[in-house]
Amino acid sequence: MKGPLSKVLTIFWKDILLEIRTKEVVTSILVFALLVLVIFNFAFEPETATMSLVAPGILWVAFTFAGVLGLNRVFALERENSRLAGLLLCPVDHMAIYWGKLLGSFTFMLAIEIVVTPIFLVLLNLSLFLPRLILIIVLATLGFTSVGTLFSALAINIRARDIMLPILFLPIVVPVIIAAVEATAVVLQGGPWGDMLTWLQIMIAFDIIYLVVATLVFQYVVEG
Amino acid sequence: MNGRSALRHYILVGLGFALMVAALYMVFIYVPTDKNMGAVQRIFYFHVPLAWIAFLAFFVVFVCSILYLTKRDMKWDVIASASAEVGVVFTSLVLITGSIWAKAAWGIWWTWDARLTATLVLWFTYVAYLLVRHYVAEDSQRARLGAVLGIVGFIDVPIVALAIMLWRTQHPGALIFEGGLVTSMLITLLVCIIAFTVLYIILVVQSTRLKNMEADIRNIKNNRPD
Repeated sequence: MKGPLSKVLTIFWKDILLEIRTKEVVTSILVFALLVLVIFNFAFEPETATMSLVAPGILWVAFTFAGVLGLNRVFALERENSRLAGLLLCPVDHMAIYWGKLLGSFTFMLAIEIVVTPIFLVLLNLSLFLPRLILIIVLATLGFTSVGTLFSALAINIRARDIMLPILFLPIVVPVIIAAVEATAVVLQGGPWGDMLTWLQIMIAFDIIYLVVATLVFQYVVEG
Repeated sequence: MNGRSALRHYILVGLGFALMVAALYMVFIYVPTDKNMGAVQRIFYFHVPLAWIAFLAFFVVFVCSILYLTKRDMKWDVIASASAEVGVVFTSLVLITGSIWAKAAWGIWWTWDARLTATLVLWFTYVAYLLVRHYVAEDSQRARLGAVLGIVGFIDVPIVALAIMLWRTQHPGALIFEGGLVTSMLITLLVCIIAFTVLYIILVVQSTRLKNMEADIRNIKNNRPD
């Protein structure tokens, strides 16, 4: 008998293996996120004083949109050839499926952000060494994927799912977006830890609340 | 509809009508005009009750969603969806009446103030809830997914409120309560709150009854012998 953790890791590894072999999701969304950054440079005049003010917003809009696209794929993948039915027939708890899928989407999004963030900093001529930004990205990404994985599973059951996921997802993650943008602004301006503490607390609270709630309600989304 | 429930229904509608007439009388004739803000302040007697009852409506959605998932009785799902519909209409009215007041008081239709922004996010959340319900064809699946969204959406409310509050706050609304609310204004506000609560109940009861009838017709159609 395997423990719950190894079941979660098995599901997680299945998604990772699939991604390593097809390279579908990460590559295309990475290019999309970079495009959003570039497009925003056309929308706002680059290399002006206002750039440092809008920079956190640009970064997080890119990540949010990229996240929505990626999350659309998390369960859409399982629609083909009744793979979801197969997954649900696995002798594992539904919570394990949620956590496996969550770990997968979290890893994919983080992989994209690891590549996009340095490019973003280079394009805007900002300092590359920002360890505090890593903390913000991890917390915000966990918030995005905790809700997003649940909604991704929900969206595959409904018509117009491609548009419904962002419509569901964006209002719910408003607190994370606000907190991430504000905390990133503090980091980019070299502000003290104290200034970003409140925002980190909001993200931590959001992450914990939604990890618990989503774990509890996930079974109702996938049943039947 | 049997005799007793019909009677209850007429009493409720009659009460709602009388209260609404009383509320209109008090708002436009009884209560004195505000010294600082003038006649436009009177919109506040509709604006505040609408906002509170919209919030109550979403709380009802939350409670009914939990009850549906635990008891699996379609009754709770019907009440939840009826309450969400009324809640979205009331929230829309809150945003509209608020804009009218803001134009007169602040000179702008809209500002990214904490309460305004939070109300807007709330509106989007429950519009999404109604859209999802619309896009699911099968009854029990619609109820299940709706219930999940009713829970997940409502839990977001305090976090959204907190985050936006810290982000920016300029709303002078709370001052109205702390400072100069004359007794006549307070009474008017209370009557309006009661009138709108009764209106909310009437709308939810009506909508629930309509949804039940629709479900009955669907069942009859599906079980046709031919």
